[in-house]
Amino acid sequence: MGTAKAIRDGYGEALLELGRDDRNVVVLDADLAESTRSSVFRDAYPDRFFNAGIAEQNMINMAVGLALSGKTVFASSFAIFATGRCWEQLRNSVAATRANVKVVASHGGLTVGPDGLSHQCVEDISLMRTIPHFAVIVPCDWLEAKKAVLAAARMKGPVYIRTARPKTAQVTAEETPFAIGKSVRLRPGDDVTIIACGVMVEAALEAAGDLASGGIAAGVIDMHTIKPLDAQAVMAAAIVSRSRSSPMAWALVDLTVSATTARPPVDSARPTMTRHENRSGDSKCWPMPMVAPMNQKTSASSISSLHVVRL
Amino acid sequence: MRETERAAARRLNDSFVRELEERARGIRAEVVRMIARAGSGHPGGSLSIVDILTALYFARLNHRPKDPRWAGRDRMILSKGHAAPALYAILGECGYFPKSEFLKLRRFGAMLQGHPDATRVPGVETSTGSLGQGLSVGVGMALAGRLDRRDYRVYVCLGDGELEEGEVWEAAMAAAHYRLDRLCAIVDFNGLQIDGRIQDTLNPEPIPAKWKAFGWDVCEIDGHDFRQIIRALDWAAGPKGKPSAIVARTVKGKGVSFMEAQVNWHGVAPCADEARRALAELGES
Ligand SMILES: Cc1ncc(C[n+]2csc(CCOP(=O)(O)OP(=O)(O)O)c2C)c(N)n1
Ligand SMILES: [Mg+2]
Repeated sequence: MGTAKAIRDGYGEALLELGRDDRNVVVLDADLAESTRSSVFRDAYPDRFFNAGIAEQNMINMAVGLALSGKTVFASSFAIFATGRCWEQLRNSVAATRANVKVVASHGGLTVGPDGLSHQCVEDISLMRTIPHFAVIVPCDWLEAKKAVLAAARMKGPVYIRTARPKTAQVTAEETPFAIGKSVRLRPGDDVTIIACGVMVEAALEAAGDLASGGIAAGVIDMHTIKPLDAQAVMAAAIVSRSRSSPMAWALVDLTVSATTARPPVDSARPTMTRHENRSGDSKCWPMPMVAPMNQKTSASSISSLHVVRL
Repeated sequence: MRETERAAARRLNDSFVRELEERARGIRAEVVRMIARAGSGHPGGSLSIVDILTALYFARLNHRPKDPRWAGRDRMILSKGHAAPALYAILGECGYFPKSEFLKLRRFGAMLQGHPDATRVPGVETSTGSLGQGLSVGVGMALAGRLDRRDYRVYVCLGDGELEEGEVWEAAMAAAHYRLDRLCAIVDFNGLQIDGRIQDTLNPEPIPAKWKAFGWDVCEIDGHDFRQIIRALDWAAGPKGKPSAIVARTVKGKGVSFMEAQVNWHGVAPCADEARRALAELGES
């Protein structure tokens, strides 16, 4: 597909469109405008860009004040600072007021390797998932990032989007649909399904290619929205892969599914997903609770690493 | 000058001051009743901010209680959110919601939670309770006002202990940097926080000098003298190219003799007998 480009570049491109189309869009940054790409907006619409300086907590709450006054606000920094340092502001001011604040943080994960410990952030997704009312999105390429930012702007309420710094492959296409909460199947394959987000989607596609040469059909799902999670896609994939697997693998699938459905991953402010019902009449492993049949199957199967691999 | 101010300026005479004092007395009594009924809450910091809030809501704020989301309204953020009972009593008195809500203060699911929840209470601009965040929100609201070419003002009430929070000074820097002269911070300088006197805990003094150093215009007043409060609010409203800080000397627990300047009345409710004595002092039975 298209040329390699940094995921963060999609943010800059989307902001440019948003700034042109919507006078209500305001962008904040904390002295990292070039790195996050909010600089693209700053250069085009300087009157609606505010640098908060190296003061992230104040930036997040400035965003709240602007949002509660009717603005659609994007606020950017590195993932570690935006979510780590400001978690309590995000919880007690952004989420508590359902403010229309979009936190778009670059340098997520380990992709800033050379900068070392202080700049790597593997915790942001977990931190943001715990805050009610926040949608959490991890786009897999620059194009999806652009669509995600545009979709976030259309949606009312708090959104967290993680971007990344290195150039990575474009794995989606212009016509690939994007909707918050709806995952994208990028590669078919029923033996096993690999579910990934962000830069790991490219790695998952590579792995699927390797598996194909070994005779294993691996599907790849781009789970760009971590919250609300596309539980239906996870379950559909689990069911398909289960039908091809050993009883032990079924048990693991059931475990996954029960964990997914025990607590709906969606909070009440969002459209709820339909809970999976017993459609197949396969009463041994559906519906919940799963504990008894799962144990039966576990003890009935001879456990070997092969089963796990085949899952 | 807006309509409310013209009217009030005309009336800043003895009888109007007496009217405000009488209102504040009633608000204090309501604060005591509410907290006593709830069985928990923060009487000290609620009582010290009553006169400031009374002056704002009944003499200076340009607001429409029947239209709380009116875009042109002045904004008031209670950054020291634990003083919520004072704000609730005033909002109820203004007619933002029925006073029957007072009876359910701090109850599970009620409109009036222990700290102000903007999603529940008409008239509450943003949710507070975690100290140190309100001024930043005020900076954002003042910036939005400028972008929208509206002339509303933004007031933020902070505690003196709250000034120990770093974010307050991040916001102070931002407000001066963006020359937000429609933003006014009011410090409830009652000298006490939870663990004791501010100078024994983490001394934020000299307070006026700090605001000045951060690029703000500063004035110091007696936060229980309505003439001084209103003059300070009018002084703050002038166009000066910088934000204004009013450092208001107050007495924690003001109006109830046994609570005044007592650190142990920061966060405990009066028992029935104490409430009776407090209400008697406030001229209610
Ligand atoms: C971030 C944060 N830390 C701690 C608290 C707990 N707390 C509630 S009130 C208070 C003392 C506040 O003192 P001050 O700002 O002087 O308020 P006042 O004296 O007017 O009550 C503290 C520490 C809090 N609400 N928020
Ligand atoms: Mg104090």
